[in-house]
Amino acid sequence: MADTTSAGQTGPKSFQEIILRLQSYWAAKGCAVLQPYDMEVGAGTFHPATTLRSLGSKPWAAAYVQPSRRPTDGRYGTNPNRLQHYYQYQVIIKPSPPDLQDLYLGSLAAIGLDPALHDIRFVEDDWESPTLGAWGLGWEVWCDGMEVSQFTYFQQVGGHDCKPVSGELTYGLERLAMYVLAVDHVMTMPFNDPQSPIPLTYGDIFRQTEEEYSRHNFDGADTALLLRHFEDAEAECQRLLDFPPEDPKTGKRIIMAHPAYDQTIKASHLFNLLDARGVISVTERQAYIGRVRNLAKKCADAFRLTEAGQDSPDPKVVRS
Amino acid sequence: MDLLIELFSEEIPARMQAQASADLRRLITEGLVEAGLTYASAGAHATPRRLTLSVDGLTAHSQPVREERKGPRADAPAAALEGFLRSTGLTRDQLELREDKKTQVYFAVIERPGRAAEAIVAEVLIATIRNFPWPKSMRWGAGSLRWVRPLHSILCILHDEAGARVVPLEVDGITAGNTTQGHRFLAPARFAVHSFDDYVVKLKRAFVVLDPAERAATIWQGATNLAFASGLEVVEDKSLLAEVAGLVEWPVPLMGKIAEDFLHLPPEVLQTSMKEHQKFFSVRNPRTGRIEGFVTVANTETADQGATILKGNQKVLNARLSDARFFYENDLRVAKAGMGEWVEGLKSVTFHGKLGSQADRVARIAALAREIAPLVGADPDIAEAAAKVCKADLRSAMVGEFPELQGLMGMYYARAAGMDESVARAARDHWAPKGPDDAVPVEPVSVAVALADKIDTLTGFWAIDEKPTGSKDPFALRRAALGDLRVTETNGLRTPLLPLMAYSWDELRGQLEARYNVFVLQEKTDEGYFVPRLSATFPEFTGGREFEVLCVKSQTANEQISAQRYSQAYIVDDVRVAEAIVCKLPSFFIPDLLAFFHDRLKVFLKDQGIRHDVIDACIAMPGNDDLTLLVNRARALAAFLKTEDGPNLLAGFKRANTILSQAEAKDGVEYSYGADVKFAETGEERDLFAALDQAEALITPAMKSEDFGAAMTAMSALRLPIDAFFNAVQINTDNPVVRRNRLNLLSRIRTICAGVADLTRVEG
Repeated sequence: MADTTSAGQTGPKSFQEIILRLQSYWAAKGCAVLQPYDMEVGAGTFHPATTLRSLGSKPWAAAYVQPSRRPTDGRYGTNPNRLQHYYQYQVIIKPSPPDLQDLYLGSLAAIGLDPALHDIRFVEDDWESPTLGAWGLGWEVWCDGMEVSQFTYFQQVGGHDCKPVSGELTYGLERLAMYVLAVDHVMTMPFNDPQSPIPLTYGDIFRQTEEEYSRHNFDGADTALLLRHFEDAEAECQRLLDFPPEDPKTGKRIIMAHPAYDQTIKASHLFNLLDARGVISVTERQAYIGRVRNLAKKCADAFRLTEAGQDSPDPKVVRS
Repeated sequence: MDLLIELFSEEIPARMQAQASADLRRLITEGLVEAGLTYASAGAHATPRRLTLSVDGLTAHSQPVREERKGPRADAPAAALEGFLRSTGLTRDQLELREDKKTQVYFAVIERPGRAAEAIVAEVLIATIRNFPWPKSMRWGAGSLRWVRPLHSILCILHDEAGARVVPLEVDGITAGNTTQGHRFLAPARFAVHSFDDYVVKLKRAFVVLDPAERAATIWQGATNLAFASGLEVVEDKSLLAEVAGLVEWPVPLMGKIAEDFLHLPPEVLQTSMKEHQKFFSVRNPRTGRIEGFVTVANTETADQGATILKGNQKVLNARLSDARFFYENDLRVAKAGMGEWVEGLKSVTFHGKLGSQADRVARIAALAREIAPLVGADPDIAEAAAKVCKADLRSAMVGEFPELQGLMGMYYARAAGMDESVARAARDHWAPKGPDDAVPVEPVSVAVALADKIDTLTGFWAIDEKPTGSKDPFALRRAALGDLRVTETNGLRTPLLPLMAYSWDELRGQLEARYNVFVLQEKTDEGYFVPRLSATFPEFTGGREFEVLCVKSQTANEQISAQRYSQAYIVDDVRVAEAIVCKLPSFFIPDLLAFFHDRLKVFLKDQGIRHDVIDACIAMPGNDDLTLLVNRARALAAFLKTEDGPNLLAGFKRANTILSQAEAKDGVEYSYGADVKFAETGEERDLFAALDQAEALITPAMKSEDFGAAMTAMSALRLPIDAFFNAVQINTDNPVVRRNRLNLLSRIRTICAGVADLTRVEG
């Protein structure tokens, strides 16, 4: 792979360097660099910094790494590029700036993918999340035939029209890094600089956990318990939203949209685990997805009533 | 003068580009013409980032229009005049008073001056952008404009010998100009253009080929050259070529080899994987027929002649094919063990909530295939065995990854399982025909399974009353019926539908009865319903409608359905009132399904030039569930009506029928028997007797052997005697014996003709 970028900068040497470069790139472009959400999610989109903050008219720009879990993708650490726990890099900007494609391409250059040497393409891929009641139009971005990112203009989230529209970028970090670093198996990818006193590969850090979680996801998890927890999360979400907005203690209007949304995230992950355990039939699947979507919509409704989610009369809203 | 428009956006999905450029051309030219301009020619093009239209020979102005409108009389109330002024936009002193029918009447003369093309173009383009018929469009940023992806710039110029000028217009903050951009990476700078030719040349200099056909030609040429140089050939794929031409502005084909490890995969697997995932063309070795290479099309030129790009693509392909090989090898293991795991697995795949699992479906198809087998010359055991494995590949990993390979993988896996070759081919061919142009299976085992599959599907969906409506046909039932029809017709099969539908329903009913407590209910106010799962115990399921139990068919029917079962049924299937399984009784749905087949048949035969009334005349005859018989009859009748005798005989028949019907209505009797030549008074009468005897002697055996052509030929011999009879003979004479005899004679005409087809339904 290319050792230098067009800027003459040396190519990244490790997984973490790619992350660090993305962090500094997007920080330099004005994004708030957030930390991962502290819950189990299936994708970076579930982070409230994306789902909830894409609602309402308040401008927003955030970037963050989000550890993501897809229990059915577990392969005990043996598959060269399939993991049940992996990292996504997520950028969300509202309203989507007119030069978002160029900004994105700049980020690829920053991690060593020079468009003068590579074939970078925007290939139609409409995004839809049935569990979030969300959809958008955009592309999967190909670099030399490999999908390196998802690029989406959100049109609807939680059943609400996105006005203004947020631009969302999602990088599959492992796959992207494997390509940039020219490694064939994710577990052999250098996590820190290979010249470090204690060089660590991705496998040094995650091979064992992939094994443990694969066994857990496919055979270990207690389905009766998961099912109960799913019902609990669903009920708890609803209960939190049923509180009257006025908090008697502070006398303030406090809608518990985020705590309720946490329960939605929980329900979604529990559903994924149940799915991996193979206890959800095809017909039930749709019903479960519908139940999670129902929660997501209610949380979106609630968030729209909060200060952060309202349509602001603030003229700063319209960024040019 | 000439017009050039370019709408420059972020990447337009490849599949939408052709339609979008056609729409742009249509909307703009229609708008220009409607506004009074004319033009000589127009052409539209699309690349991933632009829609372009050039209009040549556009008139500079629209023609002035003079319009006169008559208003109120001079003595009309003031309000009437005010209204007229408002509607015309004129003031009172601009009106003329004229003499009209002896009163003074206001007239408005409205002159619309010709408008400059510039203003019209601006107006039409803005309207076109705002109302563009994208299949899916979006908003972006803080704006409200919709486009397929964010629209960045508008180029709009009018140009002639005197030069080019920008048409001033603005849409949601985007102001039209005379500049555009070249290739995203190779020539991103903006540049100005002054004509279409200038635009095309400068774009090419900026690494953009405007014309999609030219890009496709470049790709194909480049790909075949690369392959040829290695003694290989590119597998033609027009839809892929069109798609790839829509993904690039500057196509650069690159060829690579498929690694040795993957060459043993079925060629369809290689092709599908490369096409679906990577948009690669397959490259074949003409000597071995194997797929050995690929061509990928980059959208850029690089200093290393694409080496990095090709290496990357190769790597991605290897990962994909590793997956495919993994699936294939695992699948082969299951297949070699007899596919039992998959057959078993079909139990957990829902075919349709109300029609059970894929395993249930397969069991029904197998029983029906066995029933059909003797009718189509297949061995019942083999047909049943084929049906039992025909859907097994739905559980294979490969079909899970590539659903379009269903059937085909079934064939490979049935072979691997050591099954009969006819079973293997049935696994592939029972899906056919998948479209109106797709080939029809002809091997008996494939035919038996194909028919069983389609009839089971149709009977099932008709039983649960999920018929296609309007443009909605989510289960492709029209295709299934047409498929059944084509398989039957092409193979000349004698497989009457009614007994097969009845058999198919019995299979379904048997399964429902085994699964649920089944009550056959008769809705008091409506048609009969077969209502599994519903029971009188849970009247809320019946939506307040009243049902009476006709009979109960279940061993367990006397048990109370437990609350547990009730709640499971409710939760699992989310069975609300409207979604409970309610089957129509076969006496109601089967005739309806047959009529659906007849509708398909009409469409099918209409395409072959056979009129619907001709088909109706044949549908009205007995045995109309035998499609081959029906088609043969309709073809013979249509051919007969094309002969000179045909329409004349039809007229004679109709005349006889009319006279007869009127006499029958008047006399209150039916004239059907007893015409005797001894009461004949004229030569023409006696000739007709003789001709009818002769024709009958030919038609009866011809009809018995279903030789409709011979029957119709014999019928045409009746034309002259019938015409002569009507010319010479008065039917309603005073002699009642002669009259009755003549009416009975007419009845023989009616009987003989009506035995061939119901000619009363034929128009003309």
